[in-house]
Amino acid sequence: MSEVKTKTPISNSRIGDSAPRPDGIPKVKGTFAFSSDLWHEKMLWGGTLRSPYPAARINKLDITEALLIDGVHTVLTHSDVPGEAVYGLEHADQPVMAAEVVRYEGEPVAIVAADHPEIVRRALAAIKVEYEEMVPLTDPEIAESVGHIHPDGNVFRKINIRHGDQEIQGDIQVEGFYEVGMQDQAFLGPESGLAVPGEDGGVDLYVSTQWLHADQRQVASCLGLKEEDVRITLAGVGGAFGAREDLSLHVHLCMLAMRTNRPVKMIYSREESFHGHVHRHPAKMWYRHHADREGNLLRVEARVLLDGGAYASSSGAVIANAACFAAGPYRIPNANIEGIVVRTNNPPCGAMRGFGAVQTCMGHEAQMDKLAAVLNVDPVEIRLKNALKTGDQLLTGQIITGTAPVAEVIRTCAEHVPSYQKSSDLMSLPGGAGRTADPEHISRGEAIAVGFKNLMFSEGFDDFSSAVCHLEDGVATITCACAEVGQGFVTLAQQITREILGVEEVILAPAATETVGSAGSTSASRQTWMSGGAVQKACEEVRLKLLQRVTEEHEIGIDDLVLAEGQVLSLNGDFSISIDVATENPLEARVEYRHAPTFPLDENGQGDAHVSFAFAAHRAVVDVDPELGLVKVVELITSQDVGRLLNPVQAIGQLEGGAAQGVGLAVMEEVLVAEGNIRNASFTDYLIPTALDMPPVEVAAIIEQPEPGAPFGAKGIGEPPSISSTAAVVAAIREATNLELPRVPVRLTDIVSVEEPS
Amino acid sequence: MPAALILMPVTVARSLDHALAALEECPEAIILAGGTDVMVQVNRGSMPVDQVVAIGRIPELQGWSREGDWLHLGAGVTYSEMMGEEISSMVPALAQASRTVGSPQIRNAGTIGGNLGTSSPAGDTLPTLFALEAVLTIRSSTGVRKLPINQFIVGVKQNALQPGELIEKISVPVLEGPQEFCKIGPRNAMVISVASFTLLTDVKESQVRSCLGTVGPVPIRPTEAENLLSNGVNWEKNKVSSEVLEAFASLCADAAQPIDDHRGSAAYRRHAIKILSRRAACRIFSEDNS
Amino acid sequence: MSNDFYTLNVNGEDHQVADSWAGESLLWVLRERLGFPGAKNACEEGECGSCSVRIGEEVVCSCLVLAGSATEQEITTIEGLSAEGELSDVQQAFIDAGAVQCGFCTPGLLVTIDDLLEKNENPDDLTVREAISGNLCRCTGYGRILEAVQIAAASRRGEKRE
Repeated sequence: MSEVKTKTPISNSRIGDSAPRPDGIPKVKGTFAFSSDLWHEKMLWGGTLRSPYPAARINKLDITEALLIDGVHTVLTHSDVPGEAVYGLEHADQPVMAAEVVRYEGEPVAIVAADHPEIVRRALAAIKVEYEEMVPLTDPEIAESVGHIHPDGNVFRKINIRHGDQEIQGDIQVEGFYEVGMQDQAFLGPESGLAVPGEDGGVDLYVSTQWLHADQRQVASCLGLKEEDVRITLAGVGGAFGAREDLSLHVHLCMLAMRTNRPVKMIYSREESFHGHVHRHPAKMWYRHHADREGNLLRVEARVLLDGGAYASSSGAVIANAACFAAGPYRIPNANIEGIVVRTNNPPCGAMRGFGAVQTCMGHEAQMDKLAAVLNVDPVEIRLKNALKTGDQLLTGQIITGTAPVAEVIRTCAEHVPSYQKSSDLMSLPGGAGRTADPEHISRGEAIAVGFKNLMFSEGFDDFSSAVCHLEDGVATITCACAEVGQGFVTLAQQITREILGVEEVILAPAATETVGSAGSTSASRQTWMSGGAVQKACEEVRLKLLQRVTEEHEIGIDDLVLAEGQVLSLNGDFSISIDVATENPLEARVEYRHAPTFPLDENGQGDAHVSFAFAAHRAVVDVDPELGLVKVVELITSQDVGRLLNPVQAIGQLEGGAAQGVGLAVMEEVLVAEGNIRNASFTDYLIPTALDMPPVEVAAIIEQPEPGAPFGAKGIGEPPSISSTAAVVAAIREATNLELPRVPVRLTDIVSVEEPS
Repeated sequence: MPAALILMPVTVARSLDHALAALEECPEAIILAGGTDVMVQVNRGSMPVDQVVAIGRIPELQGWSREGDWLHLGAGVTYSEMMGEEISSMVPALAQASRTVGSPQIRNAGTIGGNLGTSSPAGDTLPTLFALEAVLTIRSSTGVRKLPINQFIVGVKQNALQPGELIEKISVPVLEGPQEFCKIGPRNAMVISVASFTLLTDVKESQVRSCLGTVGPVPIRPTEAENLLSNGVNWEKNKVSSEVLEAFASLCADAAQPIDDHRGSAAYRRHAIKILSRRAACRIFSEDNS
Repeated sequence: MSNDFYTLNVNGEDHQVADSWAGESLLWVLRERLGFPGAKNACEEGECGSCSVRIGEEVVCSCLVLAGSATEQEITTIEGLSAEGELSDVQQAFIDAGAVQCGFCTPGLLVTIDDLLEKNENPDDLTVREAISGNLCRCTGYGRILEAVQIAAASRRGEKRE
């Protein structure tokens, strides 16, 4: 929340340098204010009562006893929602609090504000709700054909991509069913925030989020306020990965603060967090690939079914991605892809890093391996043979005009000589600390996978970001509502500013709705391009204003001037003035930046729906204990298409961190849902990789082919590391075990087949 | 602050007598040792906090002593301490088991007494303590009693500790011969046991001792399997035939009484015991294929 | 047995905790009552390590310490690892190596690694991995963190890591 101010030598903090994070010092000192660290005089604590049932009618809701508890300030229910009763990112269908029915386990039913978290707990326990349980709809396969569980129906979106010849048969055909479990973003900083009632009838909300202005629009609508009366400021974000794109406690906090006229803080527990945000869609996929005898792909048929859970969230966009990229980064002349995402009484699903492309990558890469096996050719060769390149057509008919170094990422990744060493320490074998295996029990596997997805928002969405650059006394201040969630946009904003303005000191103003327009979401690998582009544009405008001022005041041709090292200099060296002096009168530019327009898909799923694409390949080496089903990922090798490398250290961090989430999905991460109920809503049972699970990531190549139209030629890099890493790991486990393994995460009993004697 | 919350009933006991007196006054008080199990419940709101007796700093519960062939472990000995060289050299399986408990932070705080007090089927030190036939010294303000571990732990999270009582120490024999503990979890560290297995040798008596973890309400001694292996080993040559190994593994698996839960299926657990028992035996004895 | 207040020694200074509820964890009291928000609240069940603090000589999860039982002990939090305006070698190495992304796990990791290097100046890769296996990080995949540990360890040994 505080201004981030650093003075970094300009020599190592321009575009292309590994500039240090401006928030690094407060973060290592423990003084960086995350949304859960906020405090206010006279602050109350908020809490949420959630449905224990995935489907039930609420027959009675009695808050009387809760209100009587000493220290309870208010208890609110659906009837207290002042504005619209429902909200949603793309489509408003999710109640702020359940009214007559609950549609998923954990759906909010009532909220409380009290003096102490323990009082909150007691108050929540004292609220009496009479539920009439209903049979939950938990099987996405039947959602389309059974009775509606929501007035808006059970199908969020259906999409059919029909491309080229719909009948053509390949001499070679391979077919498969694949399944991906529900993954949780498992950011470490739980949902939290602080709402402060304004004296003007408005409210100030400090919250961790991915998109301030989308929150503002939805919160204002539910509160029945004008947007400008809901002022949202970004509080420190403890990771996001898609899970903070939707509202969670936002409206609840504001309602409690406005009702009690006191600041209210709320922090979700980890268990609550599992119920409080959307997850990655579980997928069921069927594929049939057609190829000729030389291994050229002729046609792909696929059906992708995603379980969207109880409410829409961003399901519509996720299924579009899953369908558009269903067949992978390959040249495929003919395709029919059916994508459908449905409503069930399972936990709501929405955005997570990779956004639909993760699920399908696992499917299309398994198919490519099957094809290679049938043709008896090298899996790398068949991928290279069919690799997309610039000028090729996607399944949507769109021609790739930007860079597409697919063959390059595959080849460099495949050719890289790994540096790992075999260890005989039991701790580094599958089973780790449990000492379950000796080296002779282990079989090793190795495999490659490649994936891609779109950058930025697609299908005609008006996608933009806004920024303000203010230059005064030689100090640049950048204001942008881009949510810094850990990815390092703050570093990049400084690098861009220093690059263009040649100043050392760059202040980043807090990200807030009051001071600047929308930056769009920190998602879809879009902020480097979009908010980077906005900052670039704002800085360029200020630069031009500065040069014009110097030109006018000192009668030097504008083309003869440059900015460097805090000076405005003439090229011949005769003239110089420090930027400090030249900007005693401040200069400012306020801009909006848009990428090239995109277009909706037509009824055949055809159209120029996307702006740009990024590609990555992963090669995984795994050790498997086939008798026990335990897996240790030994090494990951990756190559990635980045357009242009803007900050090498930060880029490596994205490549390693994204791959870790892919490893998690491959071997351990799954939200277990039984009859609509989450059975592992805790870090005790929802396992994410520890330092003993995550292997070293070797970067074989960072492919720099500047992307036309992209600021600095750079592509977003956040998502590709999460796409093909899962597919590579599961393929390597298949190599080690000779099992088909059509599902991730791979469970112990997927490797070991056991049957209990009856 | 609401008056209902302003209470400070934590007794930080300075001595065993201090703790026992506090427990006599309030026999239902929460006994807090390392806190690694209790506080999870407290934070979750699933354990009401009325009275607490904190026993983490009672000098009599710290440390260990050796008395002939017996090792006496204070109830307050932490997992980290059990991983240390000294205890590790006397009861290697206990050290190996301790290293699989939670995280380093948990091992620094959690205690052997706490593991016993919680009596979880997944308690990592319990199979080895069962195999060692550990004897607990249990004390209250009115007296002291000794209880073998298999009479102490009586069910899922159920034990024989009475209100007002504390576990003072745990005594185990120091056996001569190699020991092996293995535990299965779907992550390489910081994971709750899906199945575990301990195998101890008593070279002097030409006997093995074994126990299965997380495959029943309480740890299970596979006595038939133990007898078979004890008799089947050529103790002079430290060798055992493949047939005996197979039979041992099968008997161990037969002894398991696993259940299905979200961490693993009963069938997998039984299978795992079969594999672990064979592997543990192979680490200790060389397989004689002749 | 009831008292109105108790005293905690945090980073070398005594702090009184008054009017508290008995069930409060050390983590909560540090963060919400004493103004030490550095230790973080990611799971509150000992499965993430982001609340790590040192009590005496041992690093523990402060979420699993009952605050009222932590009296008369030396508690060291992230705020006590370096003086104001200064950075410890590990803190500097975290910045240099790119080990910080969202930063939520960072304080807990720093407390853990500081303790590790105090006890072992030359830990190999597997030793470091085991030592931090109780500190979950969701952003980095641990690569830059492991690098930071080796940078700091090398500087403690008077070497420079290339």
